[in-house]
Amino acid sequence: MPTILFYLFAILMIAGGVCVVALKNPVSSAMGMIGSFIGLAALLIGLNAYFVGTLQVLVYAGAIMVLFIFIIMLLDLKKEETKEFGGASIAAGVIVPLLFVLIMIPVFQSVNTDFTKLDKKALIAAEAILPESEVPKSSAIREKLKVGQLADVNLIGQKLFTEYNFPLQVVGVLLLVATIGCVTLSKKLHGDEPEGDTDHRMAKTLAKSNAIPQVVSTKDAGDKSEPNSNKSI
Amino acid sequence: MEPASLTEYLFFSGLLFAIGLAGVIIRRNIIVIFMCLEMMLAAASLTLVAFSRQRLVNGLPDYDGQMLVFFIITVAAAEVAVGLAIIVALYRARKTISTEDLTTLKN
Repeated sequence: MPTILFYLFAILMIAGGVCVVALKNPVSSAMGMIGSFIGLAALLIGLNAYFVGTLQVLVYAGAIMVLFIFIIMLLDLKKEETKEFGGASIAAGVIVPLLFVLIMIPVFQSVNTDFTKLDKKALIAAEAILPESEVPKSSAIREKLKVGQLADVNLIGQKLFTEYNFPLQVVGVLLLVATIGCVTLSKKLHGDEPEGDTDHRMAKTLAKSNAIPQVVSTKDAGDKSEPNSNKSI
Repeated sequence: MEPASLTEYLFFSGLLFAIGLAGVIIRRNIIVIFMCLEMMLAAASLTLVAFSRQRLVNGLPDYDGQMLVFFIITVAAAEVAVGLAIIVALYRARKTISTEDLTTLKN
């Protein structure tokens, strides 16, 4: 019998997922998604992956979902909710995942192992057999392990900047390319003129046509004032 | 009260993946389909972390799996940014984001 917390967060995760699929309003779908990700992050923390769990909340529930909700609000999607869910697609959407779960059953039966415990004693023992070529003698990782704490962030950081240094740089380039792609996609194309653009241009031309008579009228006023001044002289 | 086993973690991540798959097939709204895709990615990363916890190297979890999750999260963030920009451009051009109305390539 596993702990109650595991089941609590697992059910939160699954219920959030069901909400995303079942609710018609996109905003409530997004809220269900946030619940699902929070449950998932809790499960990750239960697996001693503290850093990845924190990242899950920060990046997914924080940044990505805000982006989703922002786009939902921007496009104002409430109008077209009528023709969601077709009959044939519901049948396909139930059968295909069900087949997937059926395929998974033999996997669940073959893998039936408990996790080895990572308590204070195990961590202190792990520090003793940690090779010195990988982790130097006086490092934060060793100091934390000696007092029985799992130095999760330090271990990931060490791996990220030694073994995975090249992929890290590649991911940096990928993020740059994605940023440039977003800017390019968000810019208006030169060929077609969306409605907002034409409105803007109409306003500009109107302003111009207003401006021309104004210029003429000031000229007229100037012309009129000059003879007046001549007269006065 | 003993902690949950690997099988339970795998079961729940498989279930979440199946729900995401169902959402991608059933829903018509492109943004919700995109959210379900994200959910499938997250389910895969739960599996990776579970296996990383299962396989101990020198008595510590195998951090290669968690590195992969780190990169998955980064790539997913980039993917969401570009995907949503595409959706906004699509909405600007066609005034709809329902997959039923986007059938230019059909026939």
